[in-house]
Amino acid sequence: MGPLARTREGVRAYRLITAMWIRSTLAYRASFALTAFGNFAATGLDFVAILLMFSQVDRLGGYGLGEIAFLYGAASTAFGVADLAFGSMERLGTRVRDGTLDTLLVRPVPVLAQVAADRFALRRLGRITQGLLVLAYGFWSVDIAWTPLKAAVVPLMLISGAGIFAAVFVLGAAFQFVAQDASEVQNSVTYGGNTLLQYPPTVFADELVRGVTFVVPIAFVNWLPGLYVLDRAYPLGLPRWAAFAPPLVALACLALAGLAWRAGLRSYRSTGS
Amino acid sequence: MCVRTGRFRLYAAVAGGNFRRFATYRMATLAGVFTNTVFGVILAYTYKALWDERPGLGGYDQAQALTYVWLGQALLMAVAAMGGGFEADLMERVRTGDIATDLHRPVDLQAWWLASDLGRAAFHLLGRGVVPMTFGALAFQLALPTSPLTWLATLLAVLLGVVVSFALRYLVALSAFWLLDGAGVAQISWLAGMFFSGMLLPLNVFPGALGEVARALPWSALLQVPADVFLGKHTGTGLLAIYAFQAAWAAGLLAVGRLLQGVATRRVVVQGG
Repeated sequence: MGPLARTREGVRAYRLITAMWIRSTLAYRASFALTAFGNFAATGLDFVAILLMFSQVDRLGGYGLGEIAFLYGAASTAFGVADLAFGSMERLGTRVRDGTLDTLLVRPVPVLAQVAADRFALRRLGRITQGLLVLAYGFWSVDIAWTPLKAAVVPLMLISGAGIFAAVFVLGAAFQFVAQDASEVQNSVTYGGNTLLQYPPTVFADELVRGVTFVVPIAFVNWLPGLYVLDRAYPLGLPRWAAFAPPLVALACLALAGLAWRAGLRSYRSTGS
Repeated sequence: MCVRTGRFRLYAAVAGGNFRRFATYRMATLAGVFTNTVFGVILAYTYKALWDERPGLGGYDQAQALTYVWLGQALLMAVAAMGGGFEADLMERVRTGDIATDLHRPVDLQAWWLASDLGRAAFHLLGRGVVPMTFGALAFQLALPTSPLTWLATLLAVLLGVVVSFALRYLVALSAFWLLDGAGVAQISWLAGMFFSGMLLPLNVFPGALGEVARALPWSALLQVPADVFLGKHTGTGLLAIYAFQAAWAAGLLAVGRLLQGVATRRVVVQGG
């Protein structure tokens, strides 16, 4: 089977499995509403912390509340989409440890699609909603000098950002084939990266900014395209066109993550129990 | 007297057993240390930006604010500000009915779980606390106490904080007797713990009445109080007063827990027919 056909089959399987989980989630609507609200409130806590900070100051790292809301909303929305689609993958280590991954291997469906869609958590819409609301607040409160290019960058930023975070989720899962109970390392890159991007780059030391630009390139999720929209200086003296690099960065990351996943899966030895 | 020492030995064994149980997850501990350190670095930079803008905010200078960050990361797991620990186990035993067996044992249910949680906390203080704190002290300019007495005083404040945290989570776990699925209550308590313990932002920085209320609630015993003891904000009679504050919440909440436990266990008998 060619790679294209395999991808199509994977997407189909993903759709079928998620549809099943959505049906089962919606069987208990009140419970779903509560957990989605819980997800919304839990993810909103860090924005509450930012609001509390701004009850004491007018600027943070030279940025106003509206601008930070814009960066925060963009990062959270992109992360939320990746978390909705691939968030279940952080449980791969558990599956490797208890051997339940074996059941997925014998099915004639791509394993990646099965692991990603397993226990698909619709409640994660809470995080996306929260991110979008903060993003909307950012749009509303910052006076952006719109141009057609800037308007084009915004949706590009959200989609590519989700792609970059998705790649991080898959990479993290691939890493768990090797280090079975180290899912927290993955959390530090995913949740930690998301927290980092919620603040402007001027807050952080140059070495850290360099690390998240060139090593784990999450700076392309919202900082570079976002600073273009906000007409702000780029960190590290990067060129202006870097704002349009996110789709390419996302594709490269996804390709790399795919390779790592295949290598991880090939190295998998069952627990034998 | 003989019975008393026997009891003590039993609870010490329970605590020791749980310490060892957590100590077996070496990879997970390592990964957790990594995560705490990553979040410590991110938070430290945001606090730095905040204190650059408003030096002396909340009565802390910048070194004290950064110390607060790393202390928070070092204590996060020990005081279980995000939940975690015994309550999931206890709720599961209530749900499955195994709790009936526990009630027949010749030990006190609350004391048993407290002992086990103290063992967990002791492990997390060492396993998850020491390395991030050391890293923070090397990478940032912290305000570490010079007197060994202050370190000891902090340790006592942490111990009291763990007991308050336990007492709160015990109430959460007991809710399972009525709700069967305690996930919702656990989530709300997690949110409250995160927000009101001062993990997001020191409670001294909370504005106005919100700050006063937050500092009077039991969760402030988890991080805010130990941190202020560590930073030398409470000395002499002030120190005794703050211990009394923690102890009062601990005693009050444990008493409510006992009361509720009595009501709950009578329900079990009814349910069991």
